[in-house]
Amino acid sequence: MVQDQAGVPRPVQGAFEADETLLVKALRCREEAAFVALVRRYHSLMLRVAYAQLNDASAAEEVVQETWLAVIKGIDSFAGRSSLRTWMFRILTNKASARLERDGRQIPFSALASADAVASEPSVEQSRFFARDHGPRPFFWVSDPREWPEDALLATEIRSVIGAAVRRLPDSQRVVITLRDLEGWTPGEVCEALGISDGNQRVLLHRARSRVREVLDGYLGDGPL
Amino acid sequence: MTPPPLQITCKEFAELVTAHEDGALPERDRIRFVSHSERCPGCRAYLQQFRLTVEALRSVPRETAEPENLDELARRFKEQKPPAAS
Repeated sequence: MVQDQAGVPRPVQGAFEADETLLVKALRCREEAAFVALVRRYHSLMLRVAYAQLNDASAAEEVVQETWLAVIKGIDSFAGRSSLRTWMFRILTNKASARLERDGRQIPFSALASADAVASEPSVEQSRFFARDHGPRPFFWVSDPREWPEDALLATEIRSVIGAAVRRLPDSQRVVITLRDLEGWTPGEVCEALGISDGNQRVLLHRARSRVREVLDGYLGDGPL
Repeated sequence: MTPPPLQITCKEFAELVTAHEDGALPERDRIRFVSHSERCPGCRAYLQQFRLTVEALRSVPRETAEPENLDELARRFKEQKPPAAS
């Protein structure tokens, strides 16, 4: 870890993250601190994204290592047409696909993601709605959801409930909600990094959020909805 | 010409939330979504729950890790030659 110098605040910590142009310039100057900051910032996320694509922890480790080496070799050719993280994760996704192919596993992540997106999975449990043949209000709430208290999710234990809910999601949903919500990426960045369509990333994100909402609703205790 | 039916059901509303929040709904669907939520307290509550969920997801602390061979990677990085000046 970087140590504080005695009592001196570190006003520039995080500056590379806030200013990508500065980061890229520093990387091109072979500024080691910039590279180390980049690795610390993204290594864990790369492992999780690689694992979601490969379902094999040691293969994921290897692919992430290959990606870092490719980033080192390629940084001077990074053209800035996408964000740096998108460019790095696209490298990761391509390496993961190559790895799947090499291991004779036929289904690349993009195909898996589109299959998952097409499969029908309602956002809310069907029993919450009146049936199609219900007289005046088919597909309306049987009993209305109620608002949660605004501070309901501030309790620290909520984080572990959310963490557990996210970990239980199918791979394609988990990786999309991680990038979009936990990491705050834009839809365009996610599509490019994972090689999936805008529509598919939104369907997967929506399912993932809907599932987490359902888990939280159960946790908050008033029963479903 | 008959006007398009603007009614959607609660079940449909629940499917459109993320697209609405991303600003990705075509105008007609946006009108349907907003009009439905004006009329339906249950769906307004659902939307509030959904938004709090997304907010809570965004506040989950980041997981970090560093590779065991960070020093080795950093050394390789330092030694990587810049491209020949043209």
